[in-house]
Amino acid sequence: MAGLLPDNVATLLIDASYLLVAFLFIMGLKAMSSPVTARRGIIVAGLGMLIGTVMSFLYPGMGNFALMLLAIAFGGGLAWWSGKRVAMTDMPQMIALYNGMGGGAAAAIAAVELFRIASAQPGAATVHGPVVIALAAAGAFIGAVSFSGSLIAFGKLQGLIKRSFRFKGQQVVNLLIVAATLAIGASLVVAGHPTMQTVVLFFALALVLGITMTLPIGGADMPVVISMYNAFTGLAVAFEGFVLENTAMIIAGIVVGSAGTLLTQLMAKAMNRSLGNVLFSGFGDTGAVATGDVKGALKPIEPSDAGVMMAFAQKVIVIPGYGMAVAQAQHKVWELCQLLIDKGVMVRFAIHPVAGRMPGHMNVLLAEAGVPYDLIADLDEINAEFETADVALVIGANDVVNPVARTDKSSPIYGMPILNADKAKNVLVIKRGQGAGFSGIENHLFYLDNTRMVYGDARKAVAELIHAIKAAG
Amino acid sequence: MEGVIALYIVMLAAFTGYEVIARVPVILHTPLMSGSNFVHGIVLVGAMVALGRADTMLEQIIGFIGVVLGAGNAVGGYVVTERMLEMFRSSGQKKKPKEAA
Repeated sequence: MAGLLPDNVATLLIDASYLLVAFLFIMGLKAMSSPVTARRGIIVAGLGMLIGTVMSFLYPGMGNFALMLLAIAFGGGLAWWSGKRVAMTDMPQMIALYNGMGGGAAAAIAAVELFRIASAQPGAATVHGPVVIALAAAGAFIGAVSFSGSLIAFGKLQGLIKRSFRFKGQQVVNLLIVAATLAIGASLVVAGHPTMQTVVLFFALALVLGITMTLPIGGADMPVVISMYNAFTGLAVAFEGFVLENTAMIIAGIVVGSAGTLLTQLMAKAMNRSLGNVLFSGFGDTGAVATGDVKGALKPIEPSDAGVMMAFAQKVIVIPGYGMAVAQAQHKVWELCQLLIDKGVMVRFAIHPVAGRMPGHMNVLLAEAGVPYDLIADLDEINAEFETADVALVIGANDVVNPVARTDKSSPIYGMPILNADKAKNVLVIKRGQGAGFSGIENHLFYLDNTRMVYGDARKAVAELIHAIKAAG
Repeated sequence: MEGVIALYIVMLAAFTGYEVIARVPVILHTPLMSGSNFVHGIVLVGAMVALGRADTMLEQIIGFIGVVLGAGNAVGGYVVTERMLEMFRSSGQKKKPKEAA
């Protein structure tokens, strides 16, 4: 199987292109660290990916090109189609899905190498030394866990898996699986010529571990878990990069592994939780939700009345959620707030760390709609102020203002820091319908005596509020 | 590859990843997670090599699956990241002139 070019020329071109790939990836990630250049960043990184992929066809000694093109067209086509049509609200699970695919690909690379070693004739010269086998096995382990774990995360966020499967001693079982997998992995390295069965068992155990690790974790913690698996996949890719002596994979994998680890910690910190807590406490279990004991009723209010209530308030705190972003209502919301400010009302925005399932998304949307930065406050800054607020306006947010997180120990969101909207004198909630929140938990805030519901699309509802305030003069 | 050189690459890449993220404002964490998810889609390249060098039927099947998954990671990661950042841009275009605090 000869390559497309003389080997030395091809190798030189590939090496040069991988250097460019690494450069473009790092530049792209750096550009993504600012809202102004972020979009350019993904395009730069995309260019790197394109160059790397095209140049890799030149690898010496390759065949199976038809299969390769078919696989790229199939996998890439499906991902393109699904990525284009997925709703913005479903973005987290799509990231989980694509991340899982990356982990699976890394595991597949390792599988090809390990099976090749296993099927070699006993006594034949070893294909790889122990160090390479160890790296392949490590990448296989991490990649397989990331693969099955991400798929479970996808299933849970997509609503395909509704329950959190937990039983006593689950941590012990997980630890035993880890120990068994590591032991088998070590035996692969020591043996040098492992049997096919050992390799299969190794992969099976790693895949099972990803499932049992992820199943007990609830929806609210999933962004942290997805971020962790993202770092895992990065490391797995780097390990397999060593096996294949592929510098682009090593550099990209390690960069993502290190950045992803830091990002995971930052996200967990933003949610006021430690990574250990997320992994081992079964937080956000939606299996046993106590919804039957909600007192009171949902009380609707006309937008005109709600508008008047705000126009004569002294202080209004706006709590935007992802529902507002989905409805693209942030410009209208800012227009509303400017009206109120002109009337002498003090307006502030309260942002929950995980507002709308995507940490940090909200700040950018508000900032770009023109909301001055000093009006935006995070949870710690604003929570003491709710008691002095006349109106808390909740737009498309739900779980992050649910007071059961403070009071109900049986609630899956118990312990999550929330915005104290219930402490405000009046609460207005703009909501599309009467359904429960992302986590499926009934929101007790909506049933409080001083809460009124404004039903409808966020943008339309806010437009009606603007109209009402203008009419109120 | 020489072992020591490989370790140098790992060390420098790890610092690079850390530094790139460390300067990121909290507000951009999620798009960045998606972006870094796309970056490890480079695994596609390795899967291509694994498939390209596959001899037996078993190796071909696993290699094929690897390339399908790798291509999915790369393409899907790009599409969703780009779409998310596009949303940011469209917000920026409608930016009101009186933005100053």
